Amino acid sequence: MSAAAAVPIRGKAANRSFDVERIRKDFPILQTKVHGHPLVYLDNAATSQKPRAVIDALVRYYEGENANIHRGVHYLSQIATEEFEKARETVRAFVNAARASEIIFTRGTTEALNLVAQTYGKTNVGAGDEVLITAMEHHSNIVPWQMLCAEKGAKLRVAPMNDEGELLLAEYEKLLSAKTKVVAVGHVSNALGTINPVKQMIAAAHANGAVVVVDGAQAVPHLKVDVQDLDADFYAFSGHKMYGPTGIGVLYGKQALLEAMPPYQGGGDMISSVTFEKTTYNKVPHKFEAGTPDMAGVAGLMAAIDYMNGIGIEKIAAHEHELLEYATEVIGAIEGVRLIGTAREKAGVLSFVLDEVHPHDIGTILDQQGIAVRTGHHCAQPVMDRFGIPATVRASFAMYNTKGEVDALALGIRKVREVFA
Amino acid sequence: MPELRDLYQEVILEHSKAPRNYKALESANHKAEGYNPLCGDRFTVYLEMDGDKIREIGFQGAGCAISKASASMMTQSVKGKTKEEAEKIFHRFHDLVTGHGQGEDAELGKLAVFSGVSEFPMRVKCATLAWHTLEAALEGKQEKVSTE
Repeated sequence: MSAAAAVPIRGKAANRSFDVERIRKDFPILQTKVHGHPLVYLDNAATSQKPRAVIDALVRYYEGENANIHRGVHYLSQIATEEFEKARETVRAFVNAARASEIIFTRGTTEALNLVAQTYGKTNVGAGDEVLITAMEHHSNIVPWQMLCAEKGAKLRVAPMNDEGELLLAEYEKLLSAKTKVVAVGHVSNALGTINPVKQMIAAAHANGAVVVVDGAQAVPHLKVDVQDLDADFYAFSGHKMYGPTGIGVLYGKQALLEAMPPYQGGGDMISSVTFEKTTYNKVPHKFEAGTPDMAGVAGLMAAIDYMNGIGIEKIAAHEHELLEYATEVIGAIEGVRLIGTAREKAGVLSFVLDEVHPHDIGTILDQQGIAVRTGHHCAQPVMDRFGIPATVRASFAMYNTKGEVDALALGIRKVREVFA
Repeated sequence: MPELRDLYQEVILEHSKAPRNYKALESANHKAEGYNPLCGDRFTVYLEMDGDKIREIGFQGAGCAISKASASMMTQSVKGKTKEEAEKIFHRFHDLVTGHGQGEDAELGKLAVFSGVSEFPMRVKCATLAWHTLEAALEGKQEKVSTE
């Protein structure tokens, strides 16, 4: 597989069979009216909306399958266990992991990243070692490493980016050394939309003996991800940003690394035997899944992946790429708008500031027109500092967004300029 | 449906563009910083207290139109007031923007233009940030106040 597999598919011809109006009908919430206007939901990088298939999967789980997994001999427990492990296989295929046992269910990306920091990190990062991140990370890929470094006397290093919001690869490579034990990088920046060259970054890190943790929360909704092609050591993502339920996420980890790691939390399911003297831990992935998991969430995540596969991730990527290009042109042309994050390779996100108007005021005025955008620092305060701004307005796209909605946003921004004229 | 013009009244827009008493006070003997981590709004309020009385007040910082206009109009309304009087105005103002007012808006004077904020609950923190900061400065608290 080529590196091109990790970037959106270009070209419109391939997308003739993509019917956005039919897709919109699958998402009940899109019928909502906000302040008398049709909802224009452009806050997908925060959380995406859910198709009927996912909502139905949650209901079906509770109405027909609910029982605790890996425990009972009774009928429902067996059904629930089978569905749970089937979902693990669905996730494995979704990111092309080599084995289903390399898929660990977590509460989300944040928990997955903390899991790696607290297990792999604690056993492999020591005093004087370094953890290397990038200047565009989300707080959830900064703070767990900061905590680890503080505890271990290690140093957090940050690879810089340019004014377009692109990682400076040469600077990144210069920061890699024998001291670098872990590299943690976002596949796609939530604040800027930049697609990082993770495959190259991973190869460079491996050449220096570091393992790489990829925060894929903003990538999996928009790109075909292949963890084996990337050669990622760990890859974390959330269900709720890819049309699945909240409260469920995934950590992919290479089998050999997972097996060598200590458990994250203690409890039921993560053990094979317990006495008061000694506990033997279960094998992976169960070693990392203490307690009763979010079984309904897992069922919903499986439904979300099935739904995305049914439409085709390449088609989704092509549609969103077309939308982003259109939005960049239309919104970028509005007087006073300054786009923040203009990398050549981008996915899903259009961040901007407008004249001297504070993003919070823009957010309120857009909301009055039914347009939902995110305003603020997007849990990436160092990114805001890098651009010398307190906050941005962020429009982020999903498969169900339309050019008409981009036009509504443009109209909304013009209204903001009128109010503040 | 709440109307935008109720929130963004001309007086508010005007104050946000040309805030009054927007300066660091050399003579300040009380000072506090306020921060709203959700939106990044950040203000410093400077007080020159003469005993119990606010002789001079200034503020600096960055924020949205509502927070900046609120800070600007706050400085005008509490200048020359005692600590107790200023706190009383804040309580009335707080009631106004949270929709708990008792119809005594007249006592708030020009600050009554902020009544529209009560229709926009997400913006209450913007309107009150500078006031919380003032309160901290009056109390002589050294730590940064946060809306969260």
